[in-house]
Amino acid sequence: MRAKKKSWKQQLNQGKVAGYIFILPFIIGFVCFISFPMIMSLAFSFTKYDILTAPKFAGLDNYITMFTQDKLFWKTFGVTMYYVFFSVPLRLIMALLVALLLVKSSRLSGFYRTVYYLPSIIGSSVAVAILWKRMFASDGVINALLGLVGIDSATAWLGRTDTAIWTLILLAVWQFGSSMLIFLAGLKQIPAYLYEAATVDGAGAITKFFKVTLPMLTPTIFFNLINQLINGFMAFTQSFIITEGKPQNSTLFYVVYMYQNSFKYNKLGYGCAMAWFMVLVVGGLTALIFLSQKKWVYYESER
Amino acid sequence: MKSMSMKKRLGSTCYHTVVFAFACVMIYPVIWMVMGSFKTTNEIFQSAQKLLPESFRPDNYVNGWKGFAGFSFAIFFKNSLFISTVATAGAVISSVIVAYGFARCEFRFKNFWFGCMLLSMMLPFQIIMIPQYIMFNKMGWVGTYLPLIIPQFCSQGFFVFLNVQFIRGIPKDLDEAARIDGANTYSIFVRIILPLIKSSLVTSAIFSFMWRWDDFLAALLYLNKPSRYPVSLALKLFSDPTVGSDWGAMFAMATLSLVPIFIIFLTMQKYLVEGIASTGIKG
Repeated sequence: MRAKKKSWKQQLNQGKVAGYIFILPFIIGFVCFISFPMIMSLAFSFTKYDILTAPKFAGLDNYITMFTQDKLFWKTFGVTMYYVFFSVPLRLIMALLVALLLVKSSRLSGFYRTVYYLPSIIGSSVAVAILWKRMFASDGVINALLGLVGIDSATAWLGRTDTAIWTLILLAVWQFGSSMLIFLAGLKQIPAYLYEAATVDGAGAITKFFKVTLPMLTPTIFFNLINQLINGFMAFTQSFIITEGKPQNSTLFYVVYMYQNSFKYNKLGYGCAMAWFMVLVVGGLTALIFLSQKKWVYYESER
Repeated sequence: MKSMSMKKRLGSTCYHTVVFAFACVMIYPVIWMVMGSFKTTNEIFQSAQKLLPESFRPDNYVNGWKGFAGFSFAIFFKNSLFISTVATAGAVISSVIVAYGFARCEFRFKNFWFGCMLLSMMLPFQIIMIPQYIMFNKMGWVGTYLPLIIPQFCSQGFFVFLNVQFIRGIPKDLDEAARIDGANTYSIFVRIILPLIKSSLVTSAIFSFMWRWDDFLAALLYLNKPSRYPVSLALKLFSDPTVGSDWGAMFAMATLSLVPIFIIFLTMQKYLVEGIASTGIKG
């Protein structure tokens, strides 16, 4: 009796069993809240479903409508691509430039870091969305400040198809702080002897940047790029609150349109099809970047 | 020699001027909002270029606090605090347990599950929101806090990852020594590992709290009664043109909604920076 109990206890103590006990919360969550919904969503994407009545099988109808008839689908896809295409690189370049400035330590470094980091902490909140809406109104602070420096502007930034999307891009770029911190940490890890060697070889500041700093930072850039890309495609709050997709759907993001289809027009099957298309696009892009890393990402351990 | 130090000083002045000026540009919108919360709506519209209000009046806070539809912001803040605290506790506790399993135990299919964990970390909520909604709707959870809270108790990828990194940094000799003294896998976790990873626990907690506090989409999906709204959702409705256009009051409530974030940010910055840096680089 005693021996049996002990062996049971011993088993529990072994990594084989204990490991599963520890990761149980994850497995439950992964199965219930991720895998199961994902599979269900794939199934729903082949149906017409309005949540009130049972889903009706519709074959490829949703996908056919999406690709061939729904002009707004392609419009929102294009808008989102445009947003990602500009906001992600601009944000990364900004983050890198400021990180290069701040890596030089001075008495005020801590203060600067705090100020530059703050926007990315609060940037996705509803409060900032409301603020942005007010700032870019025709009688908002942007025009008022432009007036102070002699540029008379009464542009309703949020009301024009060519400027509205850029207010959202600007909001994204404004939040470069967290990427900046990652770059800062990356910069501090570059061994000083590399720079010393470069100096001995007579390299100038610019050569050092392109031959030492940038290659050494590529793993950091790689990680940031993937993260920001996914986040960019998933942008919701900004478009939903600040511009509400206006004007003429020029700022209607893909996820907002997906939300509208699912919860405003009750076309949940269609929404699921849209979600799956997004999975393929983002997954494909991520895979592409992963595959390309051999060409441009430098890992020190591979020396 | 003298000219050298002059040049150096000039360079340093230039540097600080540029960095400081740009910092001011970055922070200006936030300060403008905080100042705006003391202005009358007329002032916000007509003299937007002025930063300081004519006088610091608390009227906007008094008016805004009343909220809408008979629900004051006291209720919304209470709701937000409740959701964020419970969800954070769940996320932190479950994530550290899972992280210990991944970092210290050898079991079959461990790499497979770790891969799933990384996948779940990358998978955005937006992708699974529709089927999750259908599921929670069937379960009768829509309209309650359960959809916002329960998934958090199943560990969050980002925090698992963060804790795994920290636990791997602890020398295994400590485990071995404890094992010789008669400790088992579980007591090692509680007595040895947990006390040593306090900083990553704190980091997880503050990130989780801030994300839950800011979360808007899930609240928008699942909550349908104003009495249950968190601040983020209430603020959105408060700012809807149909409810009103009292920008002073909106700015006041927007500012208040950021106060917890500001406090965490200013007091816990060290942990935030560390968290971002350590997961960012090794990711």
